[in-house]
Amino acid sequence: MENEKHHIVPYRVYAIVLLVLVVLTFLSIAITDIELGSYTVVGALLLASIKSSLVLTYFMHLKFDQPYIRIMVGFVLAVFIAVVIVTFFDYSFR
Amino acid sequence: MQASSKTPNDVSYLEYQGKHKGLWKWILSTDHKRIGLLYLYSMMTLFLVGVTLGLAMKFELIAPGKTIMEAKDYNAVFTVHGVIMIFMIVIPGLPAVFGNFMLPIMIGAKDVAFPKLNLLSWWVYIAGAILVISSVLFGDGSPDTGWTFYAPYSFKTGSNMLPAIFGAFVLGFSSILTGLNFIVTIHRMRAPGMTWTKMPLFPWTLYGTAWIQLLATPVVGITLVLVALERIFGIGVFDPALGGDPILYQHLFWIYSHPAVYVMILPAMGAISEIIPTFSQKHIFGYKAIVASTLAIAFVGYFVWGHHMFTSGMSGTAQYTFSILTFLVAIPSAIKVFNWISTMYKGSINLQTPFYWAAGFIFVFMIGGLSGLVVGALATNVYLHDTAFVVAHFHFIVFGGVGFSFFGAIHYWFPKMFGRMYDATWANIGWLIFTTGFLALYSPMFYLGMQGMPRRYYDYLEEFHAANILSTLGSWVMTLGLIIILINLFRSAKSGPIAPKDPWKGKTLEWTVPSPPPLENFDQIPEYHEKDGPYEYQ
Repeated sequence: MENEKHHIVPYRVYAIVLLVLVVLTFLSIAITDIELGSYTVVGALLLASIKSSLVLTYFMHLKFDQPYIRIMVGFVLAVFIAVVIVTFFDYSFR
Repeated sequence: MQASSKTPNDVSYLEYQGKHKGLWKWILSTDHKRIGLLYLYSMMTLFLVGVTLGLAMKFELIAPGKTIMEAKDYNAVFTVHGVIMIFMIVIPGLPAVFGNFMLPIMIGAKDVAFPKLNLLSWWVYIAGAILVISSVLFGDGSPDTGWTFYAPYSFKTGSNMLPAIFGAFVLGFSSILTGLNFIVTIHRMRAPGMTWTKMPLFPWTLYGTAWIQLLATPVVGITLVLVALERIFGIGVFDPALGGDPILYQHLFWIYSHPAVYVMILPAMGAISEIIPTFSQKHIFGYKAIVASTLAIAFVGYFVWGHHMFTSGMSGTAQYTFSILTFLVAIPSAIKVFNWISTMYKGSINLQTPFYWAAGFIFVFMIGGLSGLVVGALATNVYLHDTAFVVAHFHFIVFGGVGFSFFGAIHYWFPKMFGRMYDATWANIGWLIFTTGFLALYSPMFYLGMQGMPRRYYDYLEEFHAANILSTLGSWVMTLGLIIILINLFRSAKSGPIAPKDPWKGKTLEWTVPSPPPLENFDQIPEYHEKDGPYEYQ
C-alpha cells in the first residue's frame, strides 16, 4: 500500500517499555499491602490502565497509526469507562 | 455442465465448483454467499428444534398441573429453548445470514475483508452449537437455570451446566469474529464513490451492530468463564458464602445481554429500511435521521442493562439512572418508525410478501416497544417483574421484531439468493396464518402477566386457564403458518420460476448483479454515482 508508512522502533524503546511494565506489575502487587479502603480498586485500575495504554501505544503501534484508529480505540476506552461508572451507581449508593 | 472449466464470474456462486466437491465445497467455502447460506441452513435446523421445545412448553401449559412433563423437565425445556433461540438464532441471525450474503454486494465489494476468518466464524458457531446440544444429550440432566445462567444457582445446580456455559462462550467468539470482519469490510471495501452517507441502511445497521458485537461480547465471555471457575474451583467471585456478589453476575451478564438485544434488532430494522422504500418506490424519508438513530440505539442501548435488575436489590440511584436511560432509548426507536411510515406516505405501494412482513414488523414492534416502556418504568416493573407480561414483551420484540424482519428479508432477497421466485399466494397465506397465530400466542400473556401469572412455572391457578388455552392454540396456528412458509420457500428454491435480476425494482447494488450472483459478485468493482444516496426512486 502506497500510503502505509513503516516505523522502525528501536529495541531500546521496547526494552524500556517492558521494564516499566514489570515495575508497574510489582507496584500493583505492593499496593495491596497498603490499606486504601475503597480506593484499592481505583489504584489497581489506574495501574492496569497505565500498563494497557503502554502496550497499546508501543507494542500495538497505536502511536504510529492513522488518527481514526486512535479515535476508535479512544471511543472504546470511553465506553468502557462509562460502563464502569454506571455500574458504580449501584455499588456506591447501596 | 462443466462449470469448473469456466472463470469464476461465468457461473453463479451456486454452480461454481472450485477445488472441493460435494459437501466440502460448502463447508470449506470462503465465499461470503455460501457462508451466508451455511448459516441459514444451520439456523433453520436449530430454529425448528427451538420451536419444538416452545410447542412442548405451550402444550404443558394448556391445562393447570402436569400435562406432558414434570416441573424439572419444564425448567430444562425453557432453558434450552432460550439458549438455542437467543445465542444461536436471534443474536447471529440477520448479520450472519443476510449480512454475510448481502453486505459485500450492497457496498460493491467482491467479498468480506477476511474470507477465511468468515468461514472460521461459521465453524466456531457450529462448535458452540454442538457443545450446547451436548449438554442436553450427555451428563447429569439438561441445564435448568434459564438462558441467563443466573448465579448463584448456575454454579450450585447439579445439572449439566458446563457444556452449555462453554458453548455460549464459544458462540460469542463467532459473533466477535463476524463483527470484526464487518467493521473492516465497511471501512475499507466500499465501492469508489460510496461515501458514508450514500451507504444503504442495512450495511449501516450492520456497522452499528458489529461494534456492539465487538465491545460487549467479551464481557459475557469472561463472565461465563467466571461462572465455570466458580463451579469448578469455588473462587468466590459470585458466591456470597465466599464473599462474592451474585448481583455482580447480573451486572456483567446484562452489560452484554442487553446490548445483544440491539445486536438482534438493529439489523432487523436495517432490513425493514431496505424493504419499505423498495415496495413504496419512494426515497427513504430521513436517511440521516435513520443512520443517527441507528448509532444512537447502539450507543444508548449499551447503558440500559440495569433495567433487568430493578428487583434484584440494586441501589435506588442505579434504578433511577437505568430507568431514565431506558426511556431515552425509546426515542431513536420511535424516530425509525416515524421515518418508515413517512416513507410509505404517498408512495406507490406494491403489496408483495416482503411488504406484508415489514408492515407486520412495525405493528408487532410497536406493541413490543411500548410494552417495554411499561416494564422500563420503575413502579410498574416491580409489579410485572418475572410475570408472563415480560415473556409477552420480549417475544413481541425478539420474535416479532427479529422474526418478522428475518422472514421479510428472506422473502425480499430470496430471488437474489437462489435465482428463483417463490409462490406469492402461498407466501401471503403463510404470513397471514403466522401473524394470526403469533398474536393469539403472545397477546394473552400480557393479560396473564398483569393478572399475576409468573413466568417459568409449569403450573398455574385455574383462573389463568382460558387465556392459556388461547395461547396454546395460537402456537399451533403459528406453527402451521411457519410450515407453509418453509415448504413454499424450499420448494421454490428447487423449482420456482427463474428470477430476473431486479424483480422488485430495487435501487441498491444487489439488484444490479445477476440472480443468483456470480462467485465474485461484480466483473469490475462498480463506481457509485448516485447523487442522493442509495434510494433514488422517481
